[in-house]
Amino acid sequence: MCLAIPGKIVELVAGQNHVGIVEVTGVRRKVQLGLLEDDLPKTGDWVLIHVGFAMSKISEEDAMEQMRLLMALGETEQAMEEVRGYGLENSADPYGRSHWNGKSSA
Amino acid sequence: MRYVDEFRDPELITKASEEIRRLADPGRRYRIMEVCGGHTHAIYRFGLKDILPSNIELIHGPGCPVCVLPMGRIDDGLAIARNPNIIFAAFGDMMRVPGAQGSPFEHKARGTDVRIVYSPADALELAKKYPEKEVIFFAIGFETTAPSTALTLMSAKAQDIRNFSVFCNHVTIVPAIRAILDSPDMRLDGFIGPGHVSTVIGCRPYEWIAKNEGKPVVASGFEPLDLLQSIVMLLRQLHAGEAKVENQYKRVVPWEGNRAALKVMADVFELRPYFEWRGLGFISQSALRIREKYAAWDAERRYSVPETRVADPKAAQCGEVLKGVLKPAQCKLFGQECTPEHPVGALMVSSEGSCAAYYNYEYRKSLVTTIRSVA
Repeated sequence: MCLAIPGKIVELVAGQNHVGIVEVTGVRRKVQLGLLEDDLPKTGDWVLIHVGFAMSKISEEDAMEQMRLLMALGETEQAMEEVRGYGLENSADPYGRSHWNGKSSA
Repeated sequence: MRYVDEFRDPELITKASEEIRRLADPGRRYRIMEVCGGHTHAIYRFGLKDILPSNIELIHGPGCPVCVLPMGRIDDGLAIARNPNIIFAAFGDMMRVPGAQGSPFEHKARGTDVRIVYSPADALELAKKYPEKEVIFFAIGFETTAPSTALTLMSAKAQDIRNFSVFCNHVTIVPAIRAILDSPDMRLDGFIGPGHVSTVIGCRPYEWIAKNEGKPVVASGFEPLDLLQSIVMLLRQLHAGEAKVENQYKRVVPWEGNRAALKVMADVFELRPYFEWRGLGFISQSALRIREKYAAWDAERRYSVPETRVADPKAAQCGEVLKGVLKPAQCKLFGQECTPEHPVGALMVSSEGSCAAYYNYEYRKSLVTTIRSVA
């Protein structure tokens, strides 16, 4: 629970306060940006995500390192499952919410 | 040395471990506590114990939120969720944690509507999706996680979503460190401070540990090199007879913390006068409860909570392990009755629990060695 997942902001959702879309190794998910209110990230910035909320901005280099750490700790799968679990309405993503809800509630 | 090929920079690792050997006085024993469960996991995973000289002992601290939650809170949460109109939402980490009346998964098998969520925001989404149901989010975690719950509650209030509430179990790390320092059977030389908790609270809240207790604290990252560098920084201070707070994890941790996160926490939560911790007992002002202005979203106010108190299984020594007095393998149940597949205590459930970390990386290795030596 203490580990955080690195993601790249690919979109700031219009009309929704402090919500962004991040990409984590190819998977796109919605994250909350409200905890970075003092220094909101822009498209292209990297953030550390914890339980669906971006908790700090980081450099791309540190993001890569963090992903490697998750891999080495054997937590990539858990991290990806978590990221896939974050909500994304109106998504055409084949690995979208319903699929993962089905799996996790099994 | 295990996993050496996975290290970011083997040469730097070698340098750091040489520096540790140079700084550590062979005539002295060093007891350093890593506060955070994520650090415990990394230390076992990377076999850092094998790199350190034998007179440096790493003591595993209380920073595993699942592990420090007393069993009665799980029973309480699940007791109010028994009503067929309620959806009980919790993080996956919680699902196999045993309460006296069973884990959330076991309650699900008996008919309680238990759902895994990955974010408190998703629990709020569930409430919007099922307006005829009441969703209770079982909130758990230190200051890393509490701001996310706070923002979710603010959002529930702003949108006036009335079928959502939070059963709050958030705890704060500093009073737990204080309780450990006050414990008479514990002698420590310094602390590897938490990484991600510190992104929120910053480094200042640790200053009393250095000033009043004379123990150095270094907030640390999770890579092997981060942890070794933090140990070097602690040894340098001990060598020079100093005690101060240092930040090894500057690339993520701002000295002042995250002001926006602290602000939302202060708006939504207040300190409880006291809260029970597994292994540490009741600690004053060590946990958060929901403020009066969010009373409508506070599950403890909305529902009648039985306030269950459950003693840990007699033979299990979770408390001693949590305080760092016993090593996981010194518990009578370790590896026998209590395994990650059939956990008796929470320390065997979470990957950040020292028992699970020790079992997965040290104990399994020793079994393989035993089998090999028999063959």
